[in-house]
Amino acid sequence: MDIAFVIEKFVLVAIIFGISLLIAMYSTYAERKVAAFLQDRLGPDRAGPFGILQPLADGVKMFMKEEIIPSNASKWLFMVGPGLAMLTACIGTAVIPWGSDITIAGRVIPLQVTDINVGILYIFGVVSLGVYGVMIGGWASNNKYSLLSAIRAASQNISYEIAMGLSIIALLLVTGTMSLKEIVEQQHGWHWNVLYQPLGFLLFMICSFAETNRAPFDLPECETELIGGYHTEYSSMKLGFYLFAEYINMFVSSAVMATLYFGGYNYPGMDWVLLHTGPIIGPLIGTLVFFIKIFAFIFFFMWVRWTIPRFRYDQLMHLGWKGLIPLAIANIIITGIVIAIIEKF
Amino acid sequence: MEPLTSKKKVLEQKPLTFAERMYLPAIVKGLSVTISHLFKKEATIRYPEVEREFSTNFRGMHSLKRDEEGRERCTACGLCALSCPAEAITMIAAERKPEEKDLYREEKYAAVYEINMLRCIFCGLCEEACPKEAIYLDGPIVPSDYLRKDFIYGKDKLVEAPLNK
Repeated sequence: MDIAFVIEKFVLVAIIFGISLLIAMYSTYAERKVAAFLQDRLGPDRAGPFGILQPLADGVKMFMKEEIIPSNASKWLFMVGPGLAMLTACIGTAVIPWGSDITIAGRVIPLQVTDINVGILYIFGVVSLGVYGVMIGGWASNNKYSLLSAIRAASQNISYEIAMGLSIIALLLVTGTMSLKEIVEQQHGWHWNVLYQPLGFLLFMICSFAETNRAPFDLPECETELIGGYHTEYSSMKLGFYLFAEYINMFVSSAVMATLYFGGYNYPGMDWVLLHTGPIIGPLIGTLVFFIKIFAFIFFFMWVRWTIPRFRYDQLMHLGWKGLIPLAIANIIITGIVIAIIEKF
Repeated sequence: MEPLTSKKKVLEQKPLTFAERMYLPAIVKGLSVTISHLFKKEATIRYPEVEREFSTNFRGMHSLKRDEEGRERCTACGLCALSCPAEAITMIAAERKPEEKDLYREEKYAAVYEINMLRCIFCGLCEEACPKEAIYLDGPIVPSDYLRKDFIYGKDKLVEAPLNK
């Protein structure tokens, strides 16, 4: 392992970490703006031109708030919770391929931190860990509402992880690999997986809404029933971490959806563009396209949030176990049969 | 049981059709409704910079008027204070000195004229009561402030700007 490799990876990790924090920061701003525009309002527009500095103002506010730890809370776990939520939200970005390889001075630099051959399983592992931040925080608060919310979050995530996993199996049947890099490479140009797996994509998307605790599946933090849910007792930047982790989760799951089903950094006419722009600009245009797809998904997340009311708890379980899981299994069977027929002839 | 109303309409709950149970058509419909609002004009008025247009008979902050020669019209007769249902107006009268002839129109004038804007209900009875056409509620909205004492407006805030001299 040479030193250039270490530096290259270190820079890449730093850039990705910075970008995901920046996007999460501006997702809070975008969320408020989208909410406002969908409701014929203006949204925040006082801090800087068009309210551009609003996230900074929010951040300063969060830092200045008093740090409160309830006297009966489990102090150590209370402090670990938000950190864990943040950590698990961030490490999901490690296996996502952000662009095709860049060649600088004869050195090929992949725009992916690590291309492990079980990339999808890694994503799943990280997503399932994500609920620990919520659970630990909710339990350590020693508050019945927080505990209820933690229980809800756990059961919701477990239920929807099954449907999510099953919807991915159908995708794996089509692609034949678990490496995210290879999955993206297979979707060259127009051959996006969503065209072969529309139902699988729909199921995966619904499950990602549930996994990221976004509306209409935001039961763990529903204000009307549970005050603030798992972060009722949190204040200051610990609360900020929880809110932030939600937006990073949203960013990561948008990136995963774009990678698995919408071709990642592939776009029609990319060969022509790559040929004419050279080995550095060309892949970066692909990365730009990838980010446009991610932003489209993030907008969709917000759009849905301001449209659909929250599910009731029994409806949530009904949809997960009796709706999505049978559909996902049917999707696997149909995909399997079609692939078998195609290979036969 | 006896029906409580004479209403005859019976609401029957049909089981959901397959399309309804799928949720998706309804969700798509809802999404199209919300996205249509993205392109509508927003109803917000950016208040301190832009003000809503008022009707012509809007009653705002009071102003004490001057006559054509720039003299204060108020003679401190006290009818406005008498008519005021909120008892927001107080005044102290004074006699005009000969050298103040072009400051005040009549021989008597208001040395102190105060309106408590927290008491005032902007009913406009003072302008109706005034025999000298000296007070009108034709100003803007009374601005907010931090202290109660700052809401007692004296002549410095109420009297109209003098004619250009």
